[in-house]
Amino acid sequence: MLTTKVFWLKVLIHLGALLPLVNLYYLALSDQLTADPVEAVIHFTGIGALNLLLITLLVSPLSKFSRQAFLMKTRRLLGLYAFAYALLHLLNFLFFEVQFDLALFVGEIVKRPYMTVGMAAFVILLLLALTSFDKVKRRMGKSWQKLHNYTYLAVVLAGIHFYWSVKSEIIEPGIYLVLMLALLFLRRDKFRRWFKGKR
Amino acid sequence: MLIKIPKKSELSENQVTQESVYLQRRQLLKGMGFIGAGTLLSSALSSKAHGSVFDLFKEEEKPVFTRKALSYSGQAGAENFPEKLTPEGKVISHNNFYEFGAQKHQPAELAQGFKVNPWQLKISGEVDKPVTLDYDRLFSTFALEERIYRLRCVEAWSMVIPWVGFPLAKLLKMAQPNSRAKYVAFETLHDPEQMPGQSSRRLGGGIAYPYVEGLRIDEAMNPLTLMSVGLYGKTLPPQNGAPIRLVVPWKYGFKSIKSIVGIKLLEKEPPTTWNLLAPHEYGFYANVNPGVAHPRWSQASERRITTGGLLARNRIETLMFNGYGEEVADLYKGMDLRKFY
Repeated sequence: MLTTKVFWLKVLIHLGALLPLVNLYYLALSDQLTADPVEAVIHFTGIGALNLLLITLLVSPLSKFSRQAFLMKTRRLLGLYAFAYALLHLLNFLFFEVQFDLALFVGEIVKRPYMTVGMAAFVILLLLALTSFDKVKRRMGKSWQKLHNYTYLAVVLAGIHFYWSVKSEIIEPGIYLVLMLALLFLRRDKFRRWFKGKR
Repeated sequence: MLIKIPKKSELSENQVTQESVYLQRRQLLKGMGFIGAGTLLSSALSSKAHGSVFDLFKEEEKPVFTRKALSYSGQAGAENFPEKLTPEGKVISHNNFYEFGAQKHQPAELAQGFKVNPWQLKISGEVDKPVTLDYDRLFSTFALEERIYRLRCVEAWSMVIPWVGFPLAKLLKMAQPNSRAKYVAFETLHDPEQMPGQSSRRLGGGIAYPYVEGLRIDEAMNPLTLMSVGLYGKTLPPQNGAPIRLVVPWKYGFKSIKSIVGIKLLEKEPPTTWNLLAPHEYGFYANVNPGVAHPRWSQASERRITTGGLLARNRIETLMFNGYGEEVADLYKGMDLRKFY
């Protein structure tokens, strides 16, 4: 019973993450997606990555409070989709915004602090994705959890990247920052333990 | 002979929307790319819930702004303008006009009911003969001409737009500036009831209204500086600044203030909206300058918005003064444009 529940939940996650992308690129390639499809795909995948990251962080508190342990089985998939969206966000920037001008691409990431922050978040997600396989997890032992705790840093960096990127409209990124802090607040005991352990 | 007696439930002819009205709506939506699959997605994609299932039914009642054809003389040599025009549908659906929403698709959606008539544009301050133009006089006081200009946004995208209008210099001369007039300040209409961004911080991006901009008087008097009342041969749609706006083609787009109600000649440099909000990012001059980066992105190149979807290879080098250096570089002789950005 439990496995079918997890199975269907995963099917839903696949559909929920993939269908919007198919729709997005179909419209963007056929020039039906706003006057500036480049900006549209960059924003959509960026916000999508952030949404998925927050949903991933919601899984463990939700399964704990609702006592539905099977929810935990969806966490890796959600995390991987957050990474996939972040990867597309970055590739959209490279392919469609700077159009393969590699000097400009690297230059912008190095020179613009909000881009540097975004890139740092991406590198963390990349490492987490690469170590998400069971085999790697087993081999890494205790250090796996240590590495994957960097999720919290990644989400904070992603939020800062978003907040910093807007011109003046700060309400939407502000809402994201509040949600983010709420999700981190739910883990306050964990953070407290870390700091105690270090002293 | 067939005698048809309509049932009570059937609509009579006068209850039906006129075909011309109906067709116009289709045309506008089509122009904005909202017909077809775009309809669903444009609302689904937005991160804010501005669209809902109920909009599908409400749509028929939404007002559509009516644009009128203008008569004007063509720009000399316009046929030789080297660059491709941005399609009209994109020019009127991709707008930074925070008074109607901070997202670029919002002005075209939220401004259709905007009232431009009656209108008053007042020219005052350090002038000998203050002038007030009403709606009709905006179009009839000076001969209208078409000008094809590049428009470079500070966000590093650009368009090529055929404006219709008259030189600002003609208007200023009519008001006879006195010897103290060193700067020109402009103000957008302040009407929170009509401009939802002015009454809602969420929609309006939290900037202070009314929007104000300014030029030095020699910049204002430059023959390139245009008061525009139309684009693509018709009056401006509200999202592009109806009924009258400024166009300063060698400066970033935000200098070209929209829906102007006041022009004031001043002795001192006026405050300007974006400069007040973020002085380190947006200077008073805001001349297009590939050598001076915005703190968050390079200005050395730009994406030209034309046709073609995602794969259009449209990144081009940005030209100093947006390519109008021959006409305007003299205005800034001896000035450090890194300091006066």
